Amino acid sequence: MDIPYTSKPRPDTGLYNAKVGIWLFLASEVMLFGALFSSYILLRIGADVWPQGLLNIPIGTFNTAVLITSSVTVVMAWASLKMNNFPKFKLYMGITILCALAFLGIKSIEYKDKFTHYQVWLKDGTTLTGHIAGNPYFWNHNTLDKKKLDHIEFTSDGKHDAKAGDKGQSHPGGHAPAVKIERKDITRLSAYVPAHSTYFAIYFTLTALHALHVIGGSLVLAFFWGPGSKMWKTDPERFTNRIEIGGLFWHFVDLVWIFLFPVLYLL
Amino acid sequence: MADSHDISKHVKTYIGIFIALLIGTVITVGLYYVHFNSIAVTIAVALVIATLKSFLVAGYFMHLMSEKKTIYWIMGVTIFFFLALVGLFVWSLYDIPKPRGL
Repeated sequence: MDIPYTSKPRPDTGLYNAKVGIWLFLASEVMLFGALFSSYILLRIGADVWPQGLLNIPIGTFNTAVLITSSVTVVMAWASLKMNNFPKFKLYMGITILCALAFLGIKSIEYKDKFTHYQVWLKDGTTLTGHIAGNPYFWNHNTLDKKKLDHIEFTSDGKHDAKAGDKGQSHPGGHAPAVKIERKDITRLSAYVPAHSTYFAIYFTLTALHALHVIGGSLVLAFFWGPGSKMWKTDPERFTNRIEIGGLFWHFVDLVWIFLFPVLYLL
Repeated sequence: MADSHDISKHVKTYIGIFIALLIGTVITVGLYYVHFNSIAVTIAVALVIATLKSFLVAGYFMHLMSEKKTIYWIMGVTIFFFLALVGLFVWSLYDIPKPRGL
């Protein structure tokens, strides 16, 4: 028995079933991200200080442009099928998938930078941000004890060095020279990971969940671009509907990022 | 299937929306370097631009400008609960003594 209403609209809704299905799914997604955005507001208002300028704005802006580009190309892929132009569909969908991969690649570079970027809290109340010699991943003060290190070689980036209550000082020309910091002088050491602060906890929660959506969406679109595109020959209307459904999810992923970018990078 | 002529008109709209979204992104980033007197104003301006951009994506790319009533009902109810969810969180903030994050 065939699945009903995959191409033709149902008389009561006026829509094919998958379209109702994807909108119901997107409704649940709105509530999921709504809960996390609400958590962001609560965490931010309740925080004593909220860090700013820890993310790379030019990279974030570029990634936003990449995702917006993928959103227009996916709708152009659908429009190409509506105009019976299958080669153009392949081209636009291919660009969409490349944009998705570019977004994920850039995001993973950003993540790597955070995992090797450190903040050190010293006993005299000073904090330093920068890199440990050798750029190790995910260290904290317990790592120093486990590795029995009595000091670290630390290159401060100067931008966020501060005593409690100070505005911080910056080193002209960028990085300060590497300094040796004794373990006994360190009260806390943390990479820019979720455990660092509520800011990074919500940053990684929101962006990682978004990245999972990008991965899931791009896998589906890649299937439609590759093996799934055989359906164009047998049932073109249903295939066009599939692209519309995949596109609707992809636009939602773009829509979430439109809010994530200013909230996390700029405000 | 829809008429090819209709779709080609839509394609021009999509390109226009694409350019508008890129301009919106540039304005958002540009405003980051303009220092408003209040952080609340900065947040409001950034969120208004983001909301306008999201209207363009939802309205034109997701075709919400010309959808069936069923979809409007689904999204209308969702937006109501979304606003209630965020609104309740914001309301509860008055219970936090000395908010300092903003």
